[in-house]
Amino acid sequence: MADRQAVLRKESAAIELCGVHKHYGKVKAVNGLDLSVSKGEVVAFLGPNGAGKTTTIDIILGLSEPSRGSASVFSMTPRRAVSLGLAAAVMQTGGLLGDYTVSETLQFMAAVYGKKSSVDAVMERAGIARLANSSVKSCSGGEQQRLRFAMALLPDPELLILDEPTQGMDVEGRREFWLSIKEDAALGKTILFATHYLEEADNYADRIVLVKKGEIVADGTPMEVKSLSSDKTVRAHVSSVDKDVLLKMEGVVSAELANNKLEVVCRDSDMVARYLLLETDAVNLEISLAGLEETFLNLTTN
Amino acid sequence: MSSTTDAALTRQLPKYGGFSLPLILLETKRLLRNKRTMISVLLMPIILSFLFTSSAKASRKVVGVGNLSAFLVVSIALYGAVQAASFGGSVISLERVAGWSRQLRTTPLSATAYIAIKTVTSLALSFMSLAAVFVVGILNHKAHMPAEIWVACAACVWIGSLVFAVFGIFMGYLVPSENAMQFIAFGLLLFSFAGGLFIPLSSFPHMIREIAYYTPLYGLDEIVHYPLLQSNFDVVWLLNAAVWFAIFFTGAVIKFKQDTKRV
Repeated sequence: MADRQAVLRKESAAIELCGVHKHYGKVKAVNGLDLSVSKGEVVAFLGPNGAGKTTTIDIILGLSEPSRGSASVFSMTPRRAVSLGLAAAVMQTGGLLGDYTVSETLQFMAAVYGKKSSVDAVMERAGIARLANSSVKSCSGGEQQRLRFAMALLPDPELLILDEPTQGMDVEGRREFWLSIKEDAALGKTILFATHYLEEADNYADRIVLVKKGEIVADGTPMEVKSLSSDKTVRAHVSSVDKDVLLKMEGVVSAELANNKLEVVCRDSDMVARYLLLETDAVNLEISLAGLEETFLNLTTN
Repeated sequence: MSSTTDAALTRQLPKYGGFSLPLILLETKRLLRNKRTMISVLLMPIILSFLFTSSAKASRKVVGVGNLSAFLVVSIALYGAVQAASFGGSVISLERVAGWSRQLRTTPLSATAYIAIKTVTSLALSFMSLAAVFVVGILNHKAHMPAEIWVACAACVWIGSLVFAVFGIFMGYLVPSENAMQFIAFGLLLFSFAGGLFIPLSSFPHMIREIAYYTPLYGLDEIVHYPLLQSNFDVVWLLNAAVWFAIFFTGAVIKFKQDTKRV
């Protein structure tokens, strides 16, 4: 039964990485990474610079071969999935020729994929129709990023890989971009994106995969990931409480009482809350979760 | 779930690894837009052709089945054509720096198709350069040779430029920056002098002449003038061109393979 489930999961996987290692000489860029992304998932791929995000993305795109382990996309080699246009990518930088116009760049890609008719449609979707005849080098960073997005849309991919997709875009541009991505996600497309904007991961991803030194350190919904390492704060109004009892509880970092206001920083907020509500006269109890940013720092530093 | 599987089944790889006419046209258009390329590929050879063929003395001097002006037009056409062909391939270095080559590797375009497109666009460029030089030469009314000899010389120049299309691709992979073009222009100037394109080899000292026979434009220079001169055909010319073609081709294949393996 478990085997059958494993097979089913594998069949429906958009990305399947098994024990992937990538070493450059002595540098271990990716160090035994297992990742299975199901079809239709929107996954944020987070980690500090040098955590192995781009190397992993290169492997998923077939730009790089793992030193050890295996990678498959829609149960085929990454190179084949990419060639069939099942997977397409928006790269972080480069990948454009300044002396082509926006429309020529897309005509080139359309010819490569054998999809002549879609050029106008993708320009429209990426919001660059008015730039059709501008040379690529005259486009701003954000406009070039939209062009990369349009290029990735051309083959009508089932899997979109986005490496820092909104870099160089202004706030409005980012919002529009993510609205467009949401449309794709609603159509059941699989999306994996790396970003520096943590709130983008928090707002748009179903799942966050956090990497550090080439290994996954956290994997779950944004809520799960946030609750992972983060210390939570429990606040309440209380007339009297035995601080020593609180401090002896597992995972309690600190407990401060001043002017009947109690503030407890702890790992297991449920336990603290239960104690306060059942054993003391605490009222107005409030639990706050650390932000993704704090979690990110907690999990990826030291 | 099944939609993806269906999509995968109906999706097909492009024919010929993505090699197609629209790509060749787009690439040629882009090359023609580059001012620096146009100056060295079209303008320079046209001016040279005009200057060299304007001399009345060269026009009076009989050479083979035509005159010296015609001989010079062919020399300049070869110089322009090899320059054009080399430039067509050298843009690979710019495309690598820009990350375009890497971007293309996330598409169905095969690496071989990419090189084939570069070769064809290089030949299109060399054809334009050679046509311009010949047209100027003919319109100037100084160069004379039979019509079929004009055609024969043009064909030799064009086919010969393939050697340098491959040279350009090799340099495009070898010289990693915008300097590839300057590098090529300088190299071609040296090869042109050594190959006897501008000054007859007979006027060089013996030792330099001995070395010149081994340089990459010597064979081509002799071959492209053969229809006009109709002297004894020397197999060494063909051998020179073939060996240099083999050297450039092997070099290009080796560098190209390293490049596709690179991350």
